[in-house]
Amino acid sequence: MMAYYLRRFTRLLTGHIDGPLLGAVLLLMGVGLTVLYSASNAGWARVSGQMVNMLVALMVMWIVANVPPHFLMRLALPLFILGVILLLGVAVKGDIVNGARRWLNIGVTRIQPSELMKIAAPLMLAWYFHRYEGTLRSRNFVLGAILLLVPVGLIARQPDLGTAVLILASGGYVLFLAGLSWKIIAGLVVAGLAGAPVVWSLMHDYQRQRILTLIDPMEDPLGTGYHTIQSTIAVGSGGITGKGWMGGTQTHLDFIPERTTDFIFAVFSEEFGLLGNVVLMGLFLLVILRGVVIASNAPTLFTRLLAGAITLTFFTYAFVNMGMVSGILPVVGVPLPLISYGGTSLVSLCLGLGILMSIQTHRKLVHT
Amino acid sequence: MSKLIFSKGVEFRDSQREQQQFKVRLAALTVFVMLMFAILLTRFVYLQLVQHNHYHTLAEANRISIVPATPGRGVITDRNGVQLAYNYTAHTLEITPSKAGSVDDTIDKLGEIVEISPRDRRRFRQLLEESKSFESLPIRSRLSDEEIARFAAHRYRFPGVEIKARLFRQYPQGELFSHVIGYIGRINQKEIDRLEENSELANYRGTDYIGKMGLEQSYERALHGTTGVEQVEIDSAGRAVRLLSRTPPTSGSNLVLKLDAGLQSLVFKAFGNRRGALVAMDPQTGGVLAFVSKPGFDPNLFVDGIDPQSWNELRNSPDRPMLNRALAGTYPPGSTFKPYMALAALTYGKRTPQQGISDPGYFWMGNHQFRDDAVNGHGWVDMYKSIVVSCDTYYYVLANDLGIDAISKFMSQLGFGSRSGIDLTGESAGTLPSKEWKKKRFNREWFAGETVSVAIGQGYNAYTPLQMASAMATLANDGVMYRPHVVDYIEDVRTRNRTPVEPQPLRTLDWSAEHIAVIKKALVGVNKEGTGASVFAGAEYISGGKTGTAQVIAIKQGDKYVESRVQERFRDHALFIAYAPADKPRIAVALIVENAGFGAKSAAPIARQVLDYYLLGKEAPTAAGETPREDATR
Repeated sequence: MMAYYLRRFTRLLTGHIDGPLLGAVLLLMGVGLTVLYSASNAGWARVSGQMVNMLVALMVMWIVANVPPHFLMRLALPLFILGVILLLGVAVKGDIVNGARRWLNIGVTRIQPSELMKIAAPLMLAWYFHRYEGTLRSRNFVLGAILLLVPVGLIARQPDLGTAVLILASGGYVLFLAGLSWKIIAGLVVAGLAGAPVVWSLMHDYQRQRILTLIDPMEDPLGTGYHTIQSTIAVGSGGITGKGWMGGTQTHLDFIPERTTDFIFAVFSEEFGLLGNVVLMGLFLLVILRGVVIASNAPTLFTRLLAGAITLTFFTYAFVNMGMVSGILPVVGVPLPLISYGGTSLVSLCLGLGILMSIQTHRKLVHT
Repeated sequence: MSKLIFSKGVEFRDSQREQQQFKVRLAALTVFVMLMFAILLTRFVYLQLVQHNHYHTLAEANRISIVPATPGRGVITDRNGVQLAYNYTAHTLEITPSKAGSVDDTIDKLGEIVEISPRDRRRFRQLLEESKSFESLPIRSRLSDEEIARFAAHRYRFPGVEIKARLFRQYPQGELFSHVIGYIGRINQKEIDRLEENSELANYRGTDYIGKMGLEQSYERALHGTTGVEQVEIDSAGRAVRLLSRTPPTSGSNLVLKLDAGLQSLVFKAFGNRRGALVAMDPQTGGVLAFVSKPGFDPNLFVDGIDPQSWNELRNSPDRPMLNRALAGTYPPGSTFKPYMALAALTYGKRTPQQGISDPGYFWMGNHQFRDDAVNGHGWVDMYKSIVVSCDTYYYVLANDLGIDAISKFMSQLGFGSRSGIDLTGESAGTLPSKEWKKKRFNREWFAGETVSVAIGQGYNAYTPLQMASAMATLANDGVMYRPHVVDYIEDVRTRNRTPVEPQPLRTLDWSAEHIAVIKKALVGVNKEGTGASVFAGAEYISGGKTGTAQVIAIKQGDKYVESRVQERFRDHALFIAYAPADKPRIAVALIVENAGFGAKSAAPIARQVLDYYLLGKEAPTAAGETPREDATR
């Protein structure tokens, strides 16, 4: 009897958890805490704070993993609409922090609706294409693109180019996986290249500066180029084996800005070197490949698209962040998934990973 | 029903196809992911493997700051240990223009917190023009503790502004020693170039100041010391985190001078508001006991950069305070030249001491009349009397017999017309006239009449007071000549090792002892019964001396020089040379009081004070610059 309840309880606890995915996530989180400890100069406050964030995020992941995908499908439209409304709210009366209007005060607390959109946008598109499954025509893609561009445009206006690009990418992955014709993709690439000057003219000065900085960081070494220069030095000086944990001079002498958040990879790379980078990329690849497997095994179009988009968004985070720290991408506010300090991104990432688990573990239920 | 099945079949097939298409797309994206990660990996390999050394160097350069450890500059003291130049630590407020944004705004805002005078602003402007924008330049020095605290509270408002502790040079005696000690000032580009040429620039890392004048300049190498190096680990804000290694600096050596601060001060006061110069030397060593050029200036003005207004005042003053008269001012020696002329005559066998002339008060050469000051002449004049009463006619005749070649040969041995080699920079060589000199200077032949002027210390003659003092000292020391020097010895701060500057005589002139005795007897006669007698009456020692008056403008034939009619600046210069005690001279003096008229009246009393002080330790009983009541006779 006892054994039965124990089994029931264990099943309740682990029944919808995907083992490989959880393993990779826990390893990444362990790496994250280790680096964070060094990045915050042995500051336990940050590390313990991040531990709480991780616990919350893991709980969210567990809860979401237990939510069946068809229930998520029902949430897609309301969540998306809510997100757009909140974004409009931000545009009208959001709080300005660091020159950008990103936060909305909802009385109890301040929230960043763009975070919600990171999940809501691919969810909505996956639902939309699933709804028109079998009868998909070009106009569906056009409408999908428009649906995507509404929140992307609102977020880009805040301005938060990094998040806008990420959401555009996550929606773009859905469109691509749903079968957007190659001709249109080719056309978009051409249009994108042709439209670059237009985008350039629409960009804010600081955004243009970031791109110029990427081309020649030494042009303004103490200004916009400073982040890139110092993080590149950190990475390069790490060498093959790194300077050792807690041994990074760039880190501990304060040369790396934002070293617990967006630039934490510079700390990691300085202290653990090329070998560390390979291991870290391997862990990210583990998550991504598991996601690809889940997506390819997913039973419905909705779950396939959603799983694919979540997986590739996760990849995009990691790639953009590491690319920015190593100086091949412009500086945008994208954290390194599961490593950077910060609760919001951790929770939204784990929410996505929870969805992956849910999709993986609810397959049979759908089939039978 | 069948339609439904059919449609379901289509849907099924569509769904199959869709799933297939999805898998292809997913595979494409997986390839894309791999490709992107490969790019990242390539980048990491490039940074961490290929370029590792480069970035390692950059990281080390970030982290390690080489901070020069500036040595303390040597202290300068007089022979009795009175400090003439020392260092003190003070806090300065400094602006690094390249980091400060608008310099004017910054200074305006700083002015609300600490007092910044218009002089500070002008000085800073000047510095700004002369310096590079990344140098830290002082806007205020000598901050009080309260000002430091007030700035610290507002520090965040002032990027590029810092408080620094710096060593400052202080000249406690002010203008008293200005022309001897000189001053230090901020290193300029010319000096940087010179240092680089001598490969000394590395030693000046961290040094902002360099000797610009006087001993501070001529002993720069000894005073500066050797710069040390500290390797400091710094954080991104440039704050030192810890010391990695340190090579300590070696402090500059101290200079101990022959100068006597008490004597210097006495002379300075004795000159009063007169312009002029005095050099007193120890004939037995060449050590300079007093070295005065009036007026002086306050060397402290230059230490942290002089403001343009003060500089212009100094430069444009008609009194020319920046001119080192003792070293670079050249004056006709007037009658102080006569003892040397007489000695030359004895040496070259042109006169015996007893040989004499009957002085009618004038001397005709061709159709030119050379006059004596005594209108009716001095009567029978032998060599002794010619010096004691300063008879011009005697020397007019002698000049003719000696000729310019002999005169210039003899005088050049005494050091006239060439630099003495004193340990100060900027010395002037003066002018010792000769046929060659005139040919070179004016491309003209020498006239016999010109020799006559030269013989009484007029004409083309022009010597520095230093040369006059050196000649006096050489005669007093019976022809044994020392190089004049201000510094007695250089003292190593750590080992206390003393390096004497000038222990050996320069040369000994081949004069006969008899001849020297004749001249010395006459010089003693001057102070006993001649032109210096009234000034030296009652002296507790026996001294030798000679008065002199040097014309500033030529008096036309038949005119008489009347002092009151001549503009102050064109009046005659008063000169006096002296030594004492007569039997074993310990001090030799030469001085000139510009535009003061008759030498016995204005110059001799100062020499008396100097001798009294040095030989007897007496301060002058009369107030500064006061002249004796009774008129001296020549």
